[in-house]
Parts: sequence; C-alpha cells; structure tokens
Amino acid sequence: MRYAAIVIGGGPAGMAAACAVKESEKVLIIEREARLGGILKQCVHDGFGVIRFGEKLSGPEYADRFIDEVYSRKNIDVRTLTFVTDIEKRNGYFVVTTTSGKGIVSYEGENLILANGCRERTARQVNIHGTRPAGLMTAGTAQNLVNLMGIMPAKRCVILGSGDIGLIMARRLTLEGAEVVGVYEAKATPSGLQRNLQQCLYDFGIPVSLKKTVTLVHGRDRVEGVTVSDVDDDMRPISGTEEYIPCDALIVSVGLIPENELAENLGVPIDPRTKGPVVDQYMMTAVDGVYSVGNALHVHDLVDYVSEVAETAGKDVGRRKSRASIEVTQKGFAYLVPQRIDAANVEKETTFYFRASHDTERAKLTVTINGKTAVTKKYSMLKPPEAVRVKLALPVKAGDDVKFVLEDDDDGNV
Amino acid sequence: MTETFEMICIVCPRGCRLKAERTADGIAVTGNKCPRGAKFAEEEIVAPKRSFTGTVRSVFPEMPVVPVRTAGEVPKDKVKEVALLTRDVLLTRAYGVGEVAVDNVCGTGVDLIVTADMRKVIGS
Ligand SMILES: Cc1cc2nc3c(=O)[nH]c(=O)nc-3n(C[C@H](O)[C@H](O)[C@H](O)COP(=O)(O)OP(=O)(O)OC[C@H]3O[C@@H](n4cnc5c(N)ncnc54)[C@H](O)[C@@H]3O)c2cc1C
Ligand code: SF4
Repeated sequence: MRYAAIVIGGGPAGMAAACAVKESEKVLIIEREARLGGILKQCVHDGFGVIRFGEKLSGPEYADRFIDEVYSRKNIDVRTLTFVTDIEKRNGYFVVTTTSGKGIVSYEGENLILANGCRERTARQVNIHGTRPAGLMTAGTAQNLVNLMGIMPAKRCVILGSGDIGLIMARRLTLEGAEVVGVYEAKATPSGLQRNLQQCLYDFGIPVSLKKTVTLVHGRDRVEGVTVSDVDDDMRPISGTEEYIPCDALIVSVGLIPENELAENLGVPIDPRTKGPVVDQYMMTAVDGVYSVGNALHVHDLVDYVSEVAETAGKDVGRRKSRASIEVTQKGFAYLVPQRIDAANVEKETTFYFRASHDTERAKLTVTINGKTAVTKKYSMLKPPEAVRVKLALPVKAGDDVKFVLEDDDDGNV
Repeated sequence: MTETFEMICIVCPRGCRLKAERTADGIAVTGNKCPRGAKFAEEEIVAPKRSFTGTVRSVFPEMPVVPVRTAGEVPKDKVKEVALLTRDVLLTRAYGVGEVAVDNVCGTGVDLIVTADMRKVIGS
C-alpha cells in the first residue's frame, strides 16, 4: 500500500499536518518515542493554546487534544517507537526506511511531511572550556529529568543563556527547591520572551547578567563551580573580569536549531538564516512532494502557529499539480518564511513569519512586485526573539520579481 | 500623589510593556495593546496573581511524575506554598486531563488539576 503522505515526527506539527489531510487520503505518522506529543510532553508550564483555543493550557494538555483527534481518524496510521533511518526518492514517490522492535520496515508515500522538530544548541557549540562533568546539561535535558522522570538535577545552579527554556527551568527548579544563582547572557539583550523574563525570573528575584558568559566549568566528576567573565562587543571574554561561582549544575539554554539531517539527505535546499528548508507558502520545499513544518522548518515562538502552519501543509497534500515557485528577495530580516511563493497558486492572502535583525523602535515593511510597492506596514518595538506573523495580499504572477524590505522607520508615525 | 509602575503584561505572548499611574482617582494604564492588559496592571498593583504549573508523583513506573496546574490563578504569594505542597502529593490511580488532584489547594479556592491523560500512558 502507498500512503498519500508519510509524516515524520508525532509532535504538534506532525499531528496537525496529519489531521489536516483530506480524510479520503491515507496518512502514516512515524514517531521514534513511545507516545505522540513531541516536546510538549515535557513542557508542563502553561501558555499553550491561547491563540488557538483561547485558553492557557499546559503542553501536555495542548498535545492531548491533537492526540485524541489523531486516534479518532480512520485514515491515519501511527507507528510509535519507530525511528526513520533513511528516505529515498523514487519516481514520483518516496520510500521511508525505519527501525523498530519489528526490525527494519519500509513504507511508501507519495508525499513526505518532515515534522521532526528541532534540537538544542549544546555547551560544545558555545565556547566553554574544562571537562564535561555530570551537572552540565542543556535546559531541555533538565526539563526532561524534572518533568518526565521526576529527578532533580541541581541544588544550586547557574543558567547560561537567556533562551525561553532556560527561563522556564529557572522558575521550575526554584519552585522545586533549588537555588538558581543567576542567568548569564553574552548578548546585550535577553533572548527569551519578555513575559518569561517577568514571570520566571523577576517574580523570583533571579538576576539576569548581560554581556557575561561562562568561560570555565570546574569539577571532575560533578560540576563544582563555574567561572563567568564579561565579554566585549564581539563576545570575546575580557581577561581580569573572571568571577568564580560555586554550583553543582550548569544549565545551558543557548537556542534551538531545526533538525534538518533528513531534509539534507533528500537534497532539500536549506536557508542559512532559519537553518531549515526553503519553502513556499504551502510549506513545500524545493524538492517536489517534500513538505517541512513545525520547528524543523524554523523555530516558532508559539505552538499555536506550529499547528496552523502544519495544517497548511496537510491541506495541500494531493491538491495541486502545477507549481511556479519564485524566490522572494529579502533585506533587513533575521529571517523571512516562506522564502518562495508558488505563483501558480496564490490565494487572496499569504501568511508570512519574520524576525527582525535587531531591536527597533519603529520599523517599516515594504513589499514590491516588479519594483512597484504592493504593501507597506509599520511596526513599533520589533525584537528578534518575537517573531511577527503577517497576512499580506500579494497578487504575484509567475516570473514576477518580489522584494521584502524591513527598515528602520525614521518619519516616526506608527 | 502619583505613583508610577512599569511592568510586562503576561496575559498573552505579546508581552506588552505597561506603564501604570496610580493617583487618588484610580489607576491609569498605558502601553497595553488590548483591554486585558489594563486589567492585568490594576491587579498587579493591587493583588497580583499567578498560575502554578508543576508535577506531582504517581505510583506508576511508566509515569513517575504527572503534570499539574492550578485551574485558575492564585495569589502570587501563595505560589511557593502550592509548590511545596505538590511535593507531597502521590497519585495512586490513573487520572484524566482536568481531573482534580487537590481541591481548594492551600485554601485558595482554586483546584490543582492533572494536565496529562495518565490512562493513555499506563498499561500501554
Ligand atoms: C527542550 C525544548 C523545550 C521547548 N519548550 C517550549 C515551550 O516551552 N514553549 C513553546 O512554545 N515551545 C517550546 N519549544 C519549542 C517546541 O519545540 C515547539 O513549540 C513545538 O513543540 C514544536 O513542534 P514540532 O512538532 O515541530 O516538534 P517536536 O515537538 O520536537 O516534535 C518532533 C517529533 O519528531 C520526532 N522525531 C524526530 N526525529 C525523528 C526520526 N528520525 N524518526 C521518527 N521520529 C522522529 C521526535 O521524537 C518528536 O516527537 C521547546 C523546544 C525544545 C527542544
Ligand atoms: S496588553 Fe493585551 S496584547 Fe498586550 S500582552 Fe497584555 S493581553 Fe497581550
């Protein structure tokens, strides 16, 4: 049997994509873990679903609604504890090879939806010296230990990086009785959302130190302390500013990167800005039949939008035959998604997500089609950690030259 | 006399930066992109509230800890007390999403509810 679509990853993106495929089409979800839900299983804090359901749900609650939906659908098969090891493109279809308790099994699908999420940058990717003793871990690992296994990984810890997961874990560990000495961020501005700074740090009096980083981890078998130093504008440690902090854990929260090994193996072009595949407005990559959704595409701030974007891909399965994708030229963004527009299938409005390249009080977005201004939009207070979602009416035709420019707006009126 | 407060609205993910001024006439809020922000600022000055999220223990090895949250917000200064109490809660049967683990937690009038479906995990 050949599936209309094979979805790789049973997190919120994979589940939403699968549920959005027409019920007359067969879909397979492949998930390496024992249960569906992805990273949401360990996100016990609330704030999920405010946009989609109008409620502040915890991660597991948000996931549960989709899990029920998946299992109620007769057209969706689910294989858990099944790991995708290889994907091969044949003439007009894909062969997905998996390993599981059943051994090596291959499945055939006409389309592929890559929903395999993101991974955390580790201490290795930031420049920390010293041995790698127990107690040195990413924020996601700490979250997994505390929230799924019930293991407290620290009594007194330092958090490196001001990413959201680190902030959330600072509060969690504090409420579980640990002491969080402080959060150290090498950049001049925190990278987490403002609301997380407020409710996870300021509420508990946990200090954030900017332009400081951990330069050395002390301890042989177990972390005994860390050295923190000031950094200059190029993020190089300034000698003479070292300070020793005794602690039994260093929790690293320095960002997430899309998981794109599977996409790369398929020859899917990757955007160096998002570190995920280049896609059109239907989330189809430059390889026909391969979609990318969720955090595998780009790291979303909100799971509500993960679901929305994934549904766009799911709905598209089996719908369109002809495509005419044009690249969008972009200037002034940290990134812009989608990076291409399928001009043969433009709807009234197209949804874009972007991050500004720097903090701006007032900014202006201009979209031109063949040199003529099609849309302008003004923004106040853009910050790179807060992605912007915008729906634009762009009457694009095949061969058009489409440019997106984000610039500081000096004339002021917002 | 005018007292001014600055804070970040935590009601929704936009995280508006709010400014509030308290005078004899009441509290005036600016910076909020929607009315919920004004309500938040007033509460934050008069009687701040937060929700608590965390875990409690269970007897089931497949799910040694189970996610919980307060069904609504509790006074901010009660959050630590609620957290302390959750460390002593042990669930001995499989709860569904929304089932009450502890009612009227710490006398707040708010229940502590389970937020994962244990029945989907246990015995599977
Ligand atoms: C540690 C961590 C904590 C986070 N916390 C938050 C948060 O608090 N709030 C928030 O909004 N966002 C958070 N995020 C972002 C979060 O990932 C997204 O909100 C959302 O969960 C993304 O959904 P997804 O389906 O794209 O990815 P995921 O939820 O990561 O799901 C991907 C799924 O694919 C599976 N998979 C991967 N590779 C394979 C393979 N080869 N074969 C089979 N299956 C595979 C994985 O097991 C996983 O279940 C966090 C991310 C991480 C990494
Ligand atoms: S003021 Fe309104 S829009 Fe702004 S963060 Fe609060 S709830 Fe959200």
